Amino acid sequence: MRLPDAKIPPGPLEHKWQAWIDQHRLVGPNNRSGKNVIVIGTGLAGASAAASLAAQGFGVKSFCFQDSPRRAHSIAAQGGINASKDYANEGDSVRRLFADTMKGGDFRSREANVWRLAELSENIIDQAVAQGVPFNREYGGQLATRSFGGVLVQRTFYSRGQTGQQLLLGAYSALEQQVAAGNAVVHSRHEMLDVVIVDGEARGVIVRNLVTGEIERHAADAVILASGGYTNVYYLSTNAMGSNVTAAWRAHRHGALMANPSYTQIHPTCIPQSGEYQSKLTLMSESLRNDGRVWVPRKGGDDRPPAEIPEDERFYYLEERYPSFGNLAPRDIASRAAKVVCDDGLGVGPTGRGVYLDFRDAIAQRGRDVVEVRYGNLFEMYENITGENPYETPMMIYPAPHYAMGGLWVDYELQTTIPGLFAIGEANFSDHGANRLGASALMQALADGYFIVPHTVAHHLTADRESVSTTDSAFDTAQDAVESHITRLMDVGGTKAAQVFHRELGNVMLDYCGMARNAPGLEKALTEIGEIRENFWSDLRVDPGRDEFNQSLEYANRVSDFLELGELMCLDALRREESCGGHFREEYETDDGEALRDDERFAKVTAWEYQGDDGDPVPHDEQLSFENVKLATRSYK
Amino acid sequence: MVEFWRSTIGKKTFVAVTGTILVGYLILHMVGNLNSLFGPTGAEPRVDWYAGWLRELGEPLLPFAGALWIVRAILLGSVIIHITGVVQLRFRNRDARPARYPARKIGRSWESGVMMTSGILLAAFIVFHILQFTTLTVDVTPLHHEQVYFNLYNAFQEWYFVAIYLVALILIGVHLRHGIWSLVQTLGLDSPARNRGIRYGATTLTLVIVVGFALVPILFWTGLLDAPEPPAATITAIAGGLTG
Amino acid sequence: MNFTLEIWRQFDTGEEGRYEDFTVEGIDPEASFLEMLDQLNERLTEEERRTVAFDSDCREGICGTCSLVINDTPHGPRQVTSCQTYMRDFEDGATIRVEPFRSTTFPVIRDLVTDRSALDRVIQAGGYTGATTGPQPEPNSMPVAPEVQEKAMDAAICIGCGACVAACPNGAAMLFTGAKVTHLNLLPQGQAERGNRANSMVEQMDEEGFGGCTNFGECSRVCPQEISLDVIGMLNREYRKARLSRDPKDPPTMLAQ
Ligand SMILES: Cc1cc2nc3c(=O)[nH]c(=O)nc-3n(C[C@H](O)[C@H](O)[C@H](O)COP(=O)(O)OP(=O)(O)OC[C@H]3O[C@@H](n4cnc5c(N)ncnc54)[C@H](O)[C@@H]3O)c2cc1C
Ligand code: HEM
Ligand code: HEM
Ligand code: SF4
Ligand code: F3S
Ligand code: FES
Repeated sequence: MRLPDAKIPPGPLEHKWQAWIDQHRLVGPNNRSGKNVIVIGTGLAGASAAASLAAQGFGVKSFCFQDSPRRAHSIAAQGGINASKDYANEGDSVRRLFADTMKGGDFRSREANVWRLAELSENIIDQAVAQGVPFNREYGGQLATRSFGGVLVQRTFYSRGQTGQQLLLGAYSALEQQVAAGNAVVHSRHEMLDVVIVDGEARGVIVRNLVTGEIERHAADAVILASGGYTNVYYLSTNAMGSNVTAAWRAHRHGALMANPSYTQIHPTCIPQSGEYQSKLTLMSESLRNDGRVWVPRKGGDDRPPAEIPEDERFYYLEERYPSFGNLAPRDIASRAAKVVCDDGLGVGPTGRGVYLDFRDAIAQRGRDVVEVRYGNLFEMYENITGENPYETPMMIYPAPHYAMGGLWVDYELQTTIPGLFAIGEANFSDHGANRLGASALMQALADGYFIVPHTVAHHLTADRESVSTTDSAFDTAQDAVESHITRLMDVGGTKAAQVFHRELGNVMLDYCGMARNAPGLEKALTEIGEIRENFWSDLRVDPGRDEFNQSLEYANRVSDFLELGELMCLDALRREESCGGHFREEYETDDGEALRDDERFAKVTAWEYQGDDGDPVPHDEQLSFENVKLATRSYK
Repeated sequence: MVEFWRSTIGKKTFVAVTGTILVGYLILHMVGNLNSLFGPTGAEPRVDWYAGWLRELGEPLLPFAGALWIVRAILLGSVIIHITGVVQLRFRNRDARPARYPARKIGRSWESGVMMTSGILLAAFIVFHILQFTTLTVDVTPLHHEQVYFNLYNAFQEWYFVAIYLVALILIGVHLRHGIWSLVQTLGLDSPARNRGIRYGATTLTLVIVVGFALVPILFWTGLLDAPEPPAATITAIAGGLTG
Repeated sequence: MNFTLEIWRQFDTGEEGRYEDFTVEGIDPEASFLEMLDQLNERLTEEERRTVAFDSDCREGICGTCSLVINDTPHGPRQVTSCQTYMRDFEDGATIRVEPFRSTTFPVIRDLVTDRSALDRVIQAGGYTGATTGPQPEPNSMPVAPEVQEKAMDAAICIGCGACVAACPNGAAMLFTGAKVTHLNLLPQGQAERGNRANSMVEQMDEEGFGGCTNFGECSRVCPQEISLDVIGMLNREYRKARLSRDPKDPPTMLAQ
């Protein structure tokens, strides 16, 4: 198999998307209701896509595993969403947002996609406001903006600390409007377990009704995966408990290539883990770094209360190492710096895996009131979780797995290597390269869902295709495969819950394929994951009863895919012999410990092809070309 | 309107509007009753004059006691709508919760939980009350038509009538302490800026009503209000009052 | 810490439920309530007993999935979501009762899991502005005073958990519905459908079988987002105005002179 063409339209960067829009074919309004689209996922990407396609008149079936589409993981996003509107009159522009995103991603993303993203960013804000998203306002009623990790302009729009929630509720209500209008149907508590491919095209899905356990078949003319990211492969992450890779992975097993799986982002400001029993990590919004100062004691093992540590014994390591960005250095850099000081024995807290995020100076300078207005709800949340009051003692934070830049490989039309199968939002690999800047995932998920797939999928639907019925033999085969996978899980008959294996996998992934990686570690991880996988298949126990509500079965099914994904991530990290963005190979660093890219060999996207349970995955490379930005060493000093 | 009545909010709005009418009547009634405090005042007690005035109101446009009958009709209508509304809502609300799981009391006032009980007892009281002072059916103490002061004086010499009325007033207090605040909320007249005031206002108004009514039986019973003239004299006095 | 748990077990919607007692030992006070249940489930798996079904997703108080009634209080003692309730909030050795949200409109699916799709249908009835995807007016052409934005936001943060319904002795969904109507009806973007929204959302709310409000105020006391009762006042007002004003489908006709 050769990697298909990325279908990037010719012409100058600024006009590519318009050129594509101008030439794409249309389905007449009267013919649309006969064309059906399945959308997996109701996060920002899925809900916006489903609502938009349904509003155009296509028949939309939407699926999510939560009990309501409004609960998709996107709801948790706090900080904000970027758009190059330049309300702050700082000279922001599409080009600047484009350049920041390219640089932020350490030059490992496609120029054409990133430009389009920057271009569409303004429409997203307009769309959301029209839906009634209550973005914060300035006196006078104009939209407010702030600056957010890793950029020097104020282009981040926000709704208090609940931006993701408000944007998702906007998209959700647009979707519910279409449900009321009869254009869309939402199947909640349904989990997609396979894509169905007929004559080489994605024509349906197999889903499990999580309430009744029934395996259902749904046919369509196109399938969109908006199933989110996979950082739960680390067990502990900032993602919701249910976030998983199953939808994407099952597509991968059918031939959709998985691109850059090892590009994961470890977010610098999370509440540190407090014990073995912990089930997830909580993010503290990056916006805290606008006023909080990050430090550790200069001496290791200094167990004085932080307030008693004098100024000259505090190591403000971000400010010292990155004077121009200081505490606002991008996530990958801030995270790694925290890991480095903790590895050097300077970390604080019971586990030694924590650094201080201190508001003492901000409170002294600006007053408690100002700090409270800006971060009140975050402080409350912190206090609620840890029982400590951040106005009085500094917060303790530590990096945690947060976002998957990698994902299903898609072309410019967001189509995977399986025709008719599209991937959007965090589920695809597209726009963030090796590191995602803050407030840009919401932007990407919504650009994909509102403004890109409604056109590219419509374009796909113009072709004449025979309608398929769910009695087609391809559905039989797919359903059989799904059923036998479930049988296999049910029949292991061991003693341990899936959670146990998941936790073990997470430890291995975090140790060897986390913030820092090296070849021997990755090799070791591959062996260990293999062992966990073996144990999983010999010692797993799920509750009996497949034709009923069975959460342990749901969980086991997801873990079985994470185990396979973990291996692929390690392979990808091994193969990429350079450091870039979130992928830091200890063998490749500059003299002062910064990431050392190898543009000669690795200015590429690596897309992996599945080769069956026993075969070794095969990498395919897509060469990236940079005509509009200068490949430079990323410096935030 | 029909759709409005069918919805939970609409029905509740009817309950609130009729409740308001009833509260309005109570205030007028209380003010009227307070006329007794002037005492027997010679020939015609002031409260009797007031009762007469009520009946003459609107004459000659309306027949004798016409206005009173209009008021009575409105009151009766209100009570019927009020009760129909709350009973229908209660059935709905019961269905909305599984039978065996009463909701734990987290912070709701106990008055709000006994609205139905306090209301039913009130209804019983009203029936009794009308039988006593309006139709004069409960003729235990001497009662005479159109001699309000006389009737009140005699009734409230008996401790058990005083007790019945005071208990009824406590019921009113219980019903209204939640009811008055609640009707403001139901009618959507509240706003964050006003809510605290509304809460206090509801309690104050309830107190005023309860105390205002309570004064009458208490003052009669404690003997602070003098005995009225014997009936015969009063009749002439009324006749005199009417002609003069 | 050690606890005795009385957990509601119900196999499926039709079945009679009952309480089953469990003891859990050696629980870290910093563990969340749901993490404590995770540990119980891990143990039950080892003992080859059926695990306790309960819902959760974000585990940080924003998605509204978790929905336990802990010691008779929806979500638990601290007016935060079940997932944000920590074991340090309980006394060592305590007996804790855990049951699902109770409401006829939220049928139990299994154990502690209920079906709250009625809330989605209330939103379907009108919890949106009419905007469909496409070019929209420049947002700053419709200024929104920060105070209005704040008020709208105070209502918009409802997480749709349904605790208000579970706490209400009448099983009313007024706080939930009021929050959405308040959010959209306050903003200029929500004006076009203002009356219809109130009408149809209330209609749907009634149709689903939610109870009527008698202003108990319990809903707001358990609401993890601290949505104020004012949204109910607002809903009452908006609905009354909408219902009692002229039917928008039947506008007065213009007369030719
Ligand atoms: C705590 C936190 C804070 C964040 N803050 C920000 C921020 O401030 N700014 C920003 O830009 N980004 C932020 N992000 C990142 C951003 O929220 C996500 O990248 C983005 O929301 C992903 O959206 P999505 O639509 O792709 O997927 P999701 O929102 O994850 O949705 C996935 C959907 O797919 C469904 N699904 C998955 N698998 C299946 C299956 N097999 N069958 C059926 N349905 C399935 C799920 O039910 C769900 O509906 C944050 C992330 C986290 C974790
Ligand atoms: C006659 C028998 C009565 C019954 C059975 C009755 C019952 C009730 C009930 C059950 C409620 C609902 C409580 C609530 O919604 O919170 C209510 C409300 C109310 N009642 Fe009564 N009541 C009666 C008489 C009265 C009287 C005589 C008055 C006034 C003097 C009155 C005034 C009110 C008011 C103001 C409300 C509040 C309405 C609202 O919340 O919107 N009621 N009543
Ligand atoms: C101490 C308290 C009260 C006293 C002394 C009192 C006294 C009276 C008297 C003397 C009458 C007859 C008036 C007349 O015939 O002109 C009357 C009528 C009436 N009272 Fe009261 N009352 C009291 C409390 C109440 C309360 C609490 C209610 C209602 C809840 C109430 C409702 C009525 C009604 C409905 C009538 C009949 C009015 C009519 O139709 O003529 N009263 N009251
Ligand atoms: S109003 Fe509060 S309690 Fe009710 S659904 Fe919304 S957040 Fe939950
Ligand atoms: S508790 Fe119920 S009665 Fe009304 S005020 Fe809240 S909905
Ligand atoms: S699990 Fe999301 S709010 Fe509790």
